[in-house]
Amino acid sequence: MTEWMGISGMKLNRVGYLIREGFRSIFTHGFMSFASVTIIMACLIIMGSVSLLSLNIDALIKDLENQNEVVAYVDEKINDDAQIRAIGDAIRTIGNVQSAEFVSRGEAMDKFMSNYDSDLMEGIDETVFRHRYVIHLTDISLMAQTKAQLEAVDGISEAKAHTQYAKAFVSIRNVVTVVSLVLIVILVFVSIFIMTNTIKLATFSRREEIAIMKMVGATNSFIRMPFVIEGLVLGILGGGLGYLAEWGIYDGLTVKVVGSMAGSFLNIIPFTSVALFVFIIFIGLGILVGVFGALNAIRNYLKV
Amino acid sequence: MVQLNNVRMVYSSSGTEALNGVSFKVDDGEFVFLVGPSGSGKTTIMKLITGEVNATSGRIIVNDFDMRRIKRRKLPQMRRTLGVIFQDFRLIENMTVYDNVAFAMRVVGASNRQIRKRVPYVLELVGLEGREKRFPNELSGGEQQRVAIARALVNNPRMIVADEPTGNLDPVRSLELMLLFEKINSMGTTIMVVTHEKELVNAFAKRVISIDNGVVIGDGMDGYFGNEA
Ligand SMILES: Nc1ncnc2c1ncn2[C@@H]1O[C@H](COP(=O)(O)OP(=O)(O)O)[C@@H](O)[C@H]1O
Ligand SMILES: [Mg+2]
Repeated sequence: MTEWMGISGMKLNRVGYLIREGFRSIFTHGFMSFASVTIIMACLIIMGSVSLLSLNIDALIKDLENQNEVVAYVDEKINDDAQIRAIGDAIRTIGNVQSAEFVSRGEAMDKFMSNYDSDLMEGIDETVFRHRYVIHLTDISLMAQTKAQLEAVDGISEAKAHTQYAKAFVSIRNVVTVVSLVLIVILVFVSIFIMTNTIKLATFSRREEIAIMKMVGATNSFIRMPFVIEGLVLGILGGGLGYLAEWGIYDGLTVKVVGSMAGSFLNIIPFTSVALFVFIIFIGLGILVGVFGALNAIRNYLKV
Repeated sequence: MVQLNNVRMVYSSSGTEALNGVSFKVDDGEFVFLVGPSGSGKTTIMKLITGEVNATSGRIIVNDFDMRRIKRRKLPQMRRTLGVIFQDFRLIENMTVYDNVAFAMRVVGASNRQIRKRVPYVLELVGLEGREKRFPNELSGGEQQRVAIARALVNNPRMIVADEPTGNLDPVRSLELMLLFEKINSMGTTIMVVTHEKELVNAFAKRVISIDNGVVIGDGMDGYFGNEA
């Protein structure tokens, strides 16, 4: 580390000099610096958003998988209380059923309505809903078997388990994960490419200084330092600004999603609970891109 | 101290054979001229000494460093024993005279205190006192070359190598510059000056190594032998 940074035995004077040089260069190439910070920001935001989406789907899947609830719908033709009670008794004789609670179509509608804007739901009447039993299982692993048994009960038209929804989300999650990994790789390369060219500009405008440094015997790590610092500063700037933007975008979007229909039964991860993680990843990638870009840019100058 | 032993140099890019078996030795404290027509291989010798290019074959020793075996990591250490001067001065245009010289110290890790002490001393030595705050383009060619010499001297090298240092100067300035090199040599620094200016060389009774077509055709105290370019 110290060998690479060239800091071993370095006097404060030199550190100050190197940092000054690093910053000076950023302002000399204001436009390219701005461009590379913006590109890093954009790349991080795309990466971050896709990753956060994938994280949310993951949480949703876990949520669904952990619910040992099965809803058994009563045949629509059956409205007789006694008959319904008999169905309930039949359900409770199934071994894996821990509890079965009856929910009438009226109650189901009320619950549904309470979740949404009432004006959106105008004109919906309770016949849209079915009577149902909400059943909790003793052992989730026997879900499929129990579901079949429930569907075999006379008067039950179908049984739905959350795990079925979970399965659908797993395939969505897999697609999102692959897409985000490919995106991350591409975007990291794009960022490094832009960063390399930004810093190449800096090395080009200072090629005479570099030549003189080499001539008088400055070490390669010393020659690299101002450019690495420039890359670091740009990378951290891009990472930090990207983080703030991601925060804003995520919060903005979640407010919209939660307010919408689908959002009401989604449990969206609040940004604050992943903030530190996102921050570390963004700054880390910013640093990575900055340092790699700088080392890449200066490489040709240090061959001899 | 510089020693070349049967050095061959073929530039792989063009296939040009620039040196074909060059041998000579320059001891510590010497003052030598390296002369020869244009294209004879003088700059190639300089580049081999500074480690800018590697010889195709043969052995080169520079201030106790074996250039054939030297690790890239050690090159800076080797270069700190040399002060290099070029025909075109190679000053940093947006730095003052003082900063151009201080820069060379700063980048090899000198402290501010050392810099404040050493830079005025070498500027005075090369006759540039009072010019510290000027920029290179505010100086004459002779003065610019003095800045380059001050920069080459400031880290106290064992040897100065100068490639056609008078190439851009008029005869009077050229002579003054050689006198300055002589003064520096008298203080103990080894000097090797590349030139093809016959009059200048013959004005000094110094050792002259003549090369032509990549081979040494003369080495002694008898002045300029080479064909004039
Ligand atoms: N970088 C290079 N690539 C290919 N050929 C070169 C290079 N530098 C010099 N040469 C050739 O090597 C020969 C010697 O050149 P040089 O050492 O520069 O001579 P001098 O300094 O005496 O004028 C010339 O023929 C020149 O064309
Ligand atoms: Mg030459």
